[in-house]
Amino acid sequence: MSYIKNLTCKQCFNNYPIEPINVCELCFGPLEVTYDYEKISKSVTRNLISSGPLNIWRYHPFLPVSIDNIIDIGTGFTPLIHAKNLGELLGLKNLYIKNDSVNPSYSFKDRPVAITTAKALEFDFKVLACVSTGNLMGSVAAHAAKAKMKSYVFFPAGLEKGKIIGASIYGPTLISVDGNYDDVNRLCSELADNLKWAFVNVNMRPYYAEGSKTLGFEVAEQLGWKAPDHCVVPAASGELHTKIWKGLVEMKDVGLIEKVKTSMHLAQPEGCSPIVKAFINEESQVTPVKPDTIAKSLAIGNPASGPFALQTLKETSGHAVAAPEKEISECIQLLAETEGIFTETAGGVVISSLRKLVKNKKINPDDVTVAFITGNGLKTQEVVEDSVEYNNIKPTYKSFEEIIKFDTI
Amino acid sequence: MSVTVRIPTPLRKITNGADKVSVSGSSISEVLEELEKEFSGFQARIYDENKQLRSFVNIYINGEDIRFLDGLDSNTKSGDEVSIVPAVAGGN
Repeated sequence: MSYIKNLTCKQCFNNYPIEPINVCELCFGPLEVTYDYEKISKSVTRNLISSGPLNIWRYHPFLPVSIDNIIDIGTGFTPLIHAKNLGELLGLKNLYIKNDSVNPSYSFKDRPVAITTAKALEFDFKVLACVSTGNLMGSVAAHAAKAKMKSYVFFPAGLEKGKIIGASIYGPTLISVDGNYDDVNRLCSELADNLKWAFVNVNMRPYYAEGSKTLGFEVAEQLGWKAPDHCVVPAASGELHTKIWKGLVEMKDVGLIEKVKTSMHLAQPEGCSPIVKAFINEESQVTPVKPDTIAKSLAIGNPASGPFALQTLKETSGHAVAAPEKEISECIQLLAETEGIFTETAGGVVISSLRKLVKNKKINPDDVTVAFITGNGLKTQEVVEDSVEYNNIKPTYKSFEEIIKFDTI
Repeated sequence: MSVTVRIPTPLRKITNGADKVSVSGSSISEVLEELEKEFSGFQARIYDENKQLRSFVNIYINGEDIRFLDGLDSNTKSGDEVSIVPAVAGGN
């Protein structure tokens, strides 16, 4: 049973059939999947979802694919951890970390890619492709391997080694492009027009984007079918921010949760914060920038979903915050040392922004707050390697005593 | 004296299927005027009612976003490649 209706332009609301297209012919606006929510609310219950598999497919009625074609490498239902230690430090009693760095390819990207791979099979594509800031290409290559498809992944030159190795192991064709993400994105938009490939975040984008809703579903379910008071979400294109919100709203609309009063906060690194700048200047459009940040997974200077992220910020009374570049590594360390979670640079941006939101009294001590950690620290080891210190001793008791004083233990 | 304009799929119905068109013009706005002369209705698709580029239309000259140049007044010269590309999201 599928509840999908059609594709609708997010800007002018013109409708299109379910095809591998992503742009409105009339106004160039992005297309989005729409569903028959009345039917969903009649047939979907909390029990039905709870008895489903422990992965994203438990939310299948809200996803745009047929259940027959799913490609599952174990994506989703990642831990929601009550972050008591970090919370205590920041002055928050109900701080939670949604640890999405433990997905099969170690980032939240497995969510949209799982959906897109299934849809690409429905459309009979033989090749999966993507433009990536690093995490996406690992996920695309992994899913293509499982689906027995070929994959081509394009990325800006100078990406972290861990992300390149983390993708190459699955056997894709890797294409490094001299330029930044926005250059690669433009190139692939033009290629997608002429190649019969499923570019997951170009021509397949409407289906791809739906995958991120599952983060909203999971968080609400894991909180006992309640929406949190605050979400702190990292932003590159701004898509994730709007889709977590869409997930929460859909759950309320079909009656799975009672209310949604969540403030959706958005976090960008100072070296690439075009959405934050537009938010501060109270603009509805985003002026592009040239990225200069260590948070390469967030280095999109021309964020296509920026206008929708700005709308979501306004609608939810959220705040957009820029994390100082020098705080990113420090906050990666802070999360690791307090909660035992090693995140990549985007996670450092989230924790720095969370700290600022608390400091500026945008979040109250009792509020239920969820910080979204979307990628794994093992992929961006370069940014913390300077802080590594260790002892080297001889295999003797004396040598040990020379470096560790017992009275300090 | 002409620039090559790459046409994205959503506009190819207007250009009778052509994915590349050569036109003359010394600025982006002139290039777009020329395209309108050749393909009626072209501008209505990419301009809003105030004759500004629609928010999800990006234009590039040899790969550089015209918003980093002089917008619609950006100069074009013979041999330049102009791309009209829908804004597409990616990343987080």
